[in-house]
Amino acid sequence: MTANASSDAFADVPEIPGAPKKDPVIVAHGVKRVFGGLTAVDVEHLEVQRHAITALIGPNGAGKSTFFNLLTGFDRANQGQWSFNGVSLQSHSPARVARAGMVRTFQLTKALSRMRVMDNMMLGATGQRGENFFAALVPPLWRSREEEIIEKAEELLKRFKLYEKRNDFAGELSGGQRKLLEMARALMSDPEIVMLDEPMAGVNPALTESLLEHIVQLREDGVTILFVEHDMHMVRRISDWVVVMAEGRIIAEGPPETVMQNPAVQDAYLGAHHDTDLSEDLL
Amino acid sequence: MDFSDLLIDAGREMFAPTTAAFALAAIGLNFHFGMTGLLNMGHAGFMLLGMYGYAITIREIDANDGMFLGIEMAAGAQIALGVLVAILVAIAFGLLLGWPTLKLRGDYLAIVTIAAAEMVRFVGRSQSLKSLTGASTGIRGKDYKRPFESLSPFPDRQIELGPFTLHGSQSTSWWLVLVAWSAVFLAALLFWRLARSPWGRVLKGIREDEDAVRSLGKNVYAYKMQALVLGGVIGALGGVLWSFGNSVAPDSMGRPTTFWIWTLLLLGGAATVFGPILGSILFWTSLLVVRALANGLIPDTVLHPTELEPFSLVLVGVTLMLLVIFRPQGILGDRRELAINDR
Repeated sequence: MTANASSDAFADVPEIPGAPKKDPVIVAHGVKRVFGGLTAVDVEHLEVQRHAITALIGPNGAGKSTFFNLLTGFDRANQGQWSFNGVSLQSHSPARVARAGMVRTFQLTKALSRMRVMDNMMLGATGQRGENFFAALVPPLWRSREEEIIEKAEELLKRFKLYEKRNDFAGELSGGQRKLLEMARALMSDPEIVMLDEPMAGVNPALTESLLEHIVQLREDGVTILFVEHDMHMVRRISDWVVVMAEGRIIAEGPPETVMQNPAVQDAYLGAHHDTDLSEDLL
Repeated sequence: MDFSDLLIDAGREMFAPTTAAFALAAIGLNFHFGMTGLLNMGHAGFMLLGMYGYAITIREIDANDGMFLGIEMAAGAQIALGVLVAILVAIAFGLLLGWPTLKLRGDYLAIVTIAAAEMVRFVGRSQSLKSLTGASTGIRGKDYKRPFESLSPFPDRQIELGPFTLHGSQSTSWWLVLVAWSAVFLAALLFWRLARSPWGRVLKGIREDEDAVRSLGKNVYAYKMQALVLGGVIGALGGVLWSFGNSVAPDSMGRPTTFWIWTLLLLGGAATVFGPILGSILFWTSLLVVRALANGLIPDTVLHPTELEPFSLVLVGVTLMLLVIFRPQGILGDRRELAINDR
């Protein structure tokens, strides 16, 4: 489970912030989000490589989640452009972003607690005419599609080892199982890119392993993955490329093996004066 | 006090048209709250608008010698037009309420709806609109009930059925009982169908977590609007049915009415098909029994007859509180479903 499968794609990519990629699926330029006097996100340029696992890391308050929210339409940027497959996604609603093929999960898992696991899954499907009010009144219009959706949902539930839980309420699942459910649900629409916001937060170590495997498997299936994560162990294990943010900016990019050696990254995580001996100042 | 009379009264209350009208209104609210999680605190406003829409239409056609746009209208056509107007008014009201509030958090809808319903009532009872709404006295039954009563297939006299005696076709009649419960049946059928459709699934998802549903590519705003309008229309039709057994009076559709509907919905079980119906039957029957018992058993020196009405309403309030605390899923709700409370 090493991260070499698609590292060829990054062979000639320079290890600098905003590095151009060979086949970018997302291109963001000049994205800025200001909350009052605080500039939460100020990304000059970012390209995300297709069919790869890209990690977005950075210390607390670096603007990772805000940047995520901007890309997926859950927040409005003050300025900047970004495109998905060359099509601009600016000021699109979250629903339109998702329909375009970019589906996200949340840091605080949003399992629909008082719905059954199966209904959670089925909600993720697209192309169901019965979601229209008038069509909903005429079951023959949507019943066959419903069966296809059930089939697909069962397949995914088996893969994510939730099949036995399909008739339980989602609220009865453990925290880790909810993360799995959320990920499986996101896959119901066959997204081109999955955006995972801290997929490991609150997951017990026993489930971590299977979650990692699922993410790597997604890449093998041709899905692009962009994830925000704090757990450096996980980042090192599965990501092909790491983007480091600090104070709203992208300060470094590179493969997981070397990016942590970058002085800018060490400064961001540990402070610029972490190796200065302060004892002399005390005298 | 005579217990057999009380029993018959209670039995009559169980299938009374008002019980049906409230069941219908509660089915509307069930679309809002049970299915979508919308906190509509102004359901009585939808009911009152429906009543006005229907009654004024019929009255104006009547004043025009049964002509509408130069066409002679039969009783059935008049009713259809009246109901259509009631529906359109409810749709307009729903759109107007939802447009600014559905993008905001749920609590805002509650604030806006309670205020809007009161505005409808106050505008309706304002003296300057006396020629249209009849101000605080409202619209008398004989001004708008005629087309409906003329369609009755039952004879024009008191009809005895078992221990119950009702008029065949006038006011609170067997005819109205039949129509009102048919409407309730159809609305319950609609709820059942939609709750089990992909459309209903999206609404339940919105009830649980809007953002999750957004992230799955659904237009949450449009769905919430559809639910608000649909529930409002059903509420308006409940209002029309209610007015057939009473008269159009703005003050009978104030805040208490909204809270009664909430109480009986939660009593029966929100998000269930039969919850609103069972809730309405139990609510009105037990209210009648409590009033009668209090009247018969509590001496005047303890509780004066004029205090009986407020006393029974206090009991309604206490019931609602106990319900929400001890059995939030109502009588028919799934205990497991409501036990999960980790949002």
